[in-house]
Amino acid sequence: MITIIDYNAGNIRSVLRACAEAGAEAMTTSDPKVVVKAEKIIFPGVGAAPSAMEYLKKTGLDTAIKNAFMSSVPILGICLGAQIVLEGSEEGPQQCLGLVPGKTVRFKIDDKTLKIPHMGWNEVRVVKSHPLLDGVKKGDEFYFVHSYYPSPTDKQNIYATADYGGDFCCALGYKNLFAVQFHPEKSGRLGLQMLEKFTRWNP
Amino acid sequence: MLSKRLVICLDVRGGKLAKSIRFVDTKDIGDPVAKARQYYEEGVDELVFYDITASRENRDIMIDFVEKAASQIFIPFSVGGGIRSVEDATKLRNAGAEKVNVNTAAVLRKELITEIADAIGSQSTILSMDIRRVTPIEKIPSGYEIVVNGGITPMGIDALWWAKEGERLGAGELVVNSIDADGTNNGYELKLTRMLAEAVGIPVIASGGAGKPEHLYDVLTEGRADAALVASIVHYGEYTCHQLKEYLHGRGIKMRMSY
Repeated sequence: MITIIDYNAGNIRSVLRACAEAGAEAMTTSDPKVVVKAEKIIFPGVGAAPSAMEYLKKTGLDTAIKNAFMSSVPILGICLGAQIVLEGSEEGPQQCLGLVPGKTVRFKIDDKTLKIPHMGWNEVRVVKSHPLLDGVKKGDEFYFVHSYYPSPTDKQNIYATADYGGDFCCALGYKNLFAVQFHPEKSGRLGLQMLEKFTRWNP
Repeated sequence: MLSKRLVICLDVRGGKLAKSIRFVDTKDIGDPVAKARQYYEEGVDELVFYDITASRENRDIMIDFVEKAASQIFIPFSVGGGIRSVEDATKLRNAGAEKVNVNTAAVLRKELITEIADAIGSQSTILSMDIRRVTPIEKIPSGYEIVVNGGITPMGIDALWWAKEGERLGAGELVVNSIDADGTNNGYELKLTRMLAEAVGIPVIASGGAGKPEHLYDVLTEGRADAALVASIVHYGEYTCHQLKEYLHGRGIKMRMSY
């Protein structure tokens, strides 16, 4: 059973529906007690890091997620959930969850024809193999909508990149955490395939 | 780099799929969710559901419909037709639409664009524009005028001005629909599409007139569009999504080819 964390940050029902389509049993919760006991966690989210962190702290979900991570529960972060697992973000002065060393940074693009947010289908290039990226081939594209991206301190933690005015990290992995900047729940067959692989991932 | 997008529009009337020619003479052509699912599996990059009745009574049917669609297709889709308030937009977004399209109501009260963008984000707020060619006059120097109410009421508003204004107010994307080209199968209005695409910094979805794969190529190159919207050429089985994408890819357009 996958526990999807509902923390008032965007439409998590799309993640729930995609899990159902991928054959992954899933439920949503905003209860920290449920999160701590979860078998597997999807940590989704769209929106801004400061308000998301404020909400997580207020509800105690921040501690629950950290504890789950420390006790080796497999976690899949998506979009904002791939950003606030780092220590901080250029989006605001707040501390983030700090599960992985690094920071979330904003796109700095000189090419004025490239708009922010980076929105649409873009190629995900695997730079280091990972069970959740199995089957992702050269040229495979996923759906993105974001203005910030995760930048882990140790580049060894980068598993895939995408190019938008330069390469940026779009998939990071660290211990029992894997996190993607794109939206597997909106990326068609390839995204569903990743969710299905998550059900079988036992780090 | 981002790929160009193939977008399919499905006109929905009371939960049924319809296709209009020049905005009149509509007929039902099937179940829109089943059709959407088929296009999703064939590799369409994005879908648009247009509620062509757009009456208040129909609102709940549409929300129910969006819920059904969202459980069947796992790519982004937008919903348009009769969106008059932030509440409408938020409900559709919560039901599973990635984006919403505003059109007539935004022309009548332009603050609506900002209100919706503030509530659900610019990236989810699409300004859809129905445009007809006119003789340039002082009020409409570009020679393209905004029409509303499904393409029947001319507004005396210049389309070029409105596109820029829409971006300023917070729209994250534009649909440029040519009333003159719609349903003709003679190709997109390239001049109009290019003029607007060059005037704004947000993505432009070209709409109206696609009859052959070449037309898509033309509007994505010469027309400078980021996405090409089609309807009848796929609804009636003349071309499949896959054929259109293969064609564009073969001519060097960056498309999502693995699906």
